[in-house]
Amino acid sequence: MISFIGRSIVQKIITLFFVSIVSFLIIHLAPGEPSQVDPMNPKFTREMVERFRTEFHLDKPLYRQYLYFFRDLFSGKTISWKDNQPVFKKIWERFLNSLPLFIVGTILTWTISFPVGIRSAIFRGGIYDRSSTFFAYLLISIPGFFFAYILIIFVVNQFHVPVIGMETFGIGDTAWMNRAMDRIWHLLLPSLLGATGGIAVLSRYVRSQMLEVEGQDYVRTAKAKGLTPDQVHYKHALRNALLPFVTMFGLILPGLIGGSVIIESIFAWPGMGRMAYEAILARDYPIILTLNFVSAVLVLIGTFISDLLYLVVDPRIRL
Amino acid sequence: MQNTETDAQDIQLDAPLAPKRTRLEEFWRLFRKNKLAIAGMVFFILFFFLAIAGFGLTRGDNPLLDPAMVRLQDKLRPPLAKPNLERLQANEIPRLGVYIFGTDDLGRDVFARMLQGSWVSLTVGFVAVGIAVLIGIFLGGIAGYYGNRHIRVGQLLAAAFFIVGALLLVGKLIWSGSALLIGGAGCIFISILMKKAAKAKTKSAGTRFWYFNTISIDTVVMRFVDIMLCFPSFFLILTVVALLPASIYNIMIVIGLTSWMGTTRFVRAEFLSLREQDFVAAARALGLSNFRIIFRHMVPNAVAPVLVSATIGIATAILTEAGLSFLGFGVPPPHATWGNILSDGQRFIFDAPWLTFVPGIAILIVVLSFNLFGEGLRDVLNPKLRERN
Repeated sequence: MISFIGRSIVQKIITLFFVSIVSFLIIHLAPGEPSQVDPMNPKFTREMVERFRTEFHLDKPLYRQYLYFFRDLFSGKTISWKDNQPVFKKIWERFLNSLPLFIVGTILTWTISFPVGIRSAIFRGGIYDRSSTFFAYLLISIPGFFFAYILIIFVVNQFHVPVIGMETFGIGDTAWMNRAMDRIWHLLLPSLLGATGGIAVLSRYVRSQMLEVEGQDYVRTAKAKGLTPDQVHYKHALRNALLPFVTMFGLILPGLIGGSVIIESIFAWPGMGRMAYEAILARDYPIILTLNFVSAVLVLIGTFISDLLYLVVDPRIRL
Repeated sequence: MQNTETDAQDIQLDAPLAPKRTRLEEFWRLFRKNKLAIAGMVFFILFFFLAIAGFGLTRGDNPLLDPAMVRLQDKLRPPLAKPNLERLQANEIPRLGVYIFGTDDLGRDVFARMLQGSWVSLTVGFVAVGIAVLIGIFLGGIAGYYGNRHIRVGQLLAAAFFIVGALLLVGKLIWSGSALLIGGAGCIFISILMKKAAKAKTKSAGTRFWYFNTISIDTVVMRFVDIMLCFPSFFLILTVVALLPASIYNIMIVIGLTSWMGTTRFVRAEFLSLREQDFVAAARALGLSNFRIIFRHMVPNAVAPVLVSATIGIATAILTEAGLSFLGFGVPPPHATWGNILSDGQRFIFDAPWLTFVPGIAILIVVLSFNLFGEGLRDVLNPKLRERN
């Protein structure tokens, strides 16, 4: 156990090192430079560009830039090229905005997909199963932004509720209840959209896991003993089908960053995805690289947690 | 079908029998049961021909349906509207005599633009997935076939010299870069010299060091896959596409280069099991070259899961392209794509909803059909998932 943890931590640090190199190279080897983002701007004189380049070490060779960047990153001194704000502070602010979206989206995903998947596995081949299968594929296939527009039109026309942004503009000094309702309305649509893909995939996965377990001998034995269907399905089958999902808790961590770019752009939600989009537009390399690095760390931590959970949950696995 | 099955059982079992059905017939027999997959395949084929027709109808200087013709007199006409004949010049009148999907804010025929966009979507999907599949088969094949071989110190040194040297050259350090490249060439030269020494019974310490095994090829390839999986894929694609000059080819290449990891894993897993099978051993005993064994004997047997992931990959690529177009990083303006028709149309979502709904529903149908077709293929090609009957 201890040796497994040690080995995988070393392995993950090596992976992280290569990820940092690859992401750094991708960004710096692409044509164009951040100093040339705005060539038409009259304020960007030659001297300004030179000063910009020396200030941010852009005139140094690549490996020096790499070392400088990660020295700053680990000492927490990295600043955004756009407004000289510390990168970690900016990311933390946006992270706090993204967090409610992520939490609500995750809760929706896990609470909806389990009942749907279990039910369609129990009634395999029935009308419910087939229609939920079709809907799952429909949700996987629908482009997120198109679905967002349909939902926006629907909500705006039916309920007359504005849904863009984090809260309605100028609602500041109304009653506490109104503000809370407003926040919930604004939260609901984007997190529902963020959850659609997850719901579709996860419910399919729950279904196939349940089907696999329902075919096992001990489930047949349980049925033959004369247990009620509820006991068979929920006590004998479901508990064993749950095993792989415990480990998936680790894998939802990276969802904090990726995948929210489009949704946050549509809803003008000032979260991490939107910040990434803005940073890409402005060629704000420190923010892009830091976000990339943080998300790689999240992926690695997520897989690590899921490995550990497997060890804890499944006594058959011994390392 | 039922009859032939019972007939086959009546014949004595000791007579050697060829399978009554070819693989394709068997495949079709199973596939036909899945109605959704059949529907998916029909739409898949329809879309394929539609895209080719769209390419033919909208290309050239004087195309039959001109997707770029601006008619400001006829802007934002609803679907199935008749063109305004009095106010249009003779060459501006649409050939069909009706705007099937209406017109956009510049009076361009949305039907023609959709046709052009279908070709773009098709090529983006196929080329991107083609690149991903080629890389995936190559790397997965190497990892699966040569997996347990180790990279020797000499090879590692040569590779390190070459890579670092090339990087330094790109980083504009000509002298040290070239020196490292020459060092790499030197390593290869030493390896050639040592070939004889390595075959001798007693090896000198230097030879032993040079031939010391380090890490296995499998580890290298799979760690590389792990590294690539660490990137959030859409964010990575967005970054690269935003930094590169806007062009349809860049988008295809970038999507392809960032989506080969799944295929690599599938192919490696297939190869690991195929490598131990008798027909591969037989091929090796016949003295076939490794290249021939891999590509003539093993790849055709490993292609089934690749096919499935490729079909679904095309759907994902089309969605990714639409997402990129939506954010303004997609295929640049002279080409119409479904994504940029949709993102242009969002400004008129309440006045001209067809500009949003026509491309949106088109993307939905095509992606859905690819997904259904792919899942149907997976069910048929994977015997474990079949319902027993």
